[in-house]
Amino acid sequence: MTQLKYKGEVFDVSSGHSVLDTLLEHGQEIPNSCRAGACQSCLMQVTKGSVPEQAQKGLKDSHKAKGLFLACSCQPEEDIDICLPDSGLLRIPAVVSQKEKISSDVIILKIKMTEPFEYYAGQYVTLWRDEHIGRSYSLARQPQSDGSLVFHIRLIPGGKFSSWVNEELNVGDSIFVQGPAGDCFYTQGSPEQNLLLVGTGTGLAPLYGIMQDALQSGHTGEVHLFHGALTFSGLYLHDKLASLEQEYANFYYHPCALNVNENTPDNVIEGDISKSVLDIIPKPHGWKSFLCGDQELVAKLRKQIFLAGCDMKDIYADAFLHA
Amino acid sequence: MASLYERLGGEPAVDAAVDIFYRKVLSDDRISSFFDDVDMAAQAAKQKGFLTMVFGGPNNYTGKDMREGHKHLVERGLNDSHVDAVIENLGATLKELGVADADIQEVADIANSVRDDVLNR
Repeated sequence: MTQLKYKGEVFDVSSGHSVLDTLLEHGQEIPNSCRAGACQSCLMQVTKGSVPEQAQKGLKDSHKAKGLFLACSCQPEEDIDICLPDSGLLRIPAVVSQKEKISSDVIILKIKMTEPFEYYAGQYVTLWRDEHIGRSYSLARQPQSDGSLVFHIRLIPGGKFSSWVNEELNVGDSIFVQGPAGDCFYTQGSPEQNLLLVGTGTGLAPLYGIMQDALQSGHTGEVHLFHGALTFSGLYLHDKLASLEQEYANFYYHPCALNVNENTPDNVIEGDISKSVLDIIPKPHGWKSFLCGDQELVAKLRKQIFLAGCDMKDIYADAFLHA
Repeated sequence: MASLYERLGGEPAVDAAVDIFYRKVLSDDRISSFFDDVDMAAQAAKQKGFLTMVFGGPNNYTGKDMREGHKHLVERGLNDSHVDAVIENLGATLKELGVADADIQEVADIANSVRDDVLNR
């Protein structure tokens, strides 16, 4: 058994337990969110000893060099001393510049960074309301000259972060940004390659960013965007996407709803989105695919489009995990 | 004479084979259910390791890894018929890539050499 020292106390780490599990079990307050090595909310710093490579997977080299690691992915192999990193090191302050409730459960939030911030549309960051409560959101727009970032925030009933955004956060308020991370973004170099973008709910956010990035970079291949929701009201950018479809000859928007009624526009496809994708794109061989949103759907689609001929290396997936 | 791995084309050949092989395995009703709840990206990396080994290439597979990696599958009923199916898919993949029969046999022999470890016998 290994031991870890935190705030002057020593804790035993049981086999199969992470640093995060151990500290939470002992009532320590450690920021955390996805607990799966993705969101980077639970970053800690090792001050004595070293952590397994797995615990630093996906971190920037400069952060690795400072001994930062993910507490949720760290099962120490030796005794270590750890602390919470100075949050100034990781989190950049921003100011809310716009907040719009665009459907019954989606808010589009625009914030302005106070210092230069590099990212690609489609990557994600963690937004912090305070020292302890943060959630990951995808960047829905390419970098702007005024330093603003755009997010699609899904309102979760009772959600500690989204309810706060909905009820308490106002234009002019501060919020903190950590990141970016993730490899789900548009890369230049193959402008003729066809792109398949599939997302459910606010899984549209990264895809919307990727799609705009591609079209504005002069992508010449076809760009197909499938957005799925339970009903038409969940297709929260329907009008915007339909008008972009008119604007770009190589952009195709496929709205999909599980349930339709007599008020649903005719162009909305009824039924299971993964079936609709393969009906319209039966052979995605040579395509690049981006899949975002519900975890089960992402896993299912990844398999189906791979079996239909898309190369594994050309499939980028971002499954949304719920805290 | 060139080694089996060199004759097959080394790492580029492995890369070419991974998707074809994995697609066959996932589409094969005899064995696809064993892959239902795996992370596909992680699994693709493992397939590459496996193919490198059976191609006679550099690898650090050990009997212990093979045993531990398949133990939970043996508990779910993994047996000789499933190993046979994997080797059959492997052969079909190589055939599709234009590999000579003698070399396919050599690959199958390497795959067979880890059968007992895989099945935890």
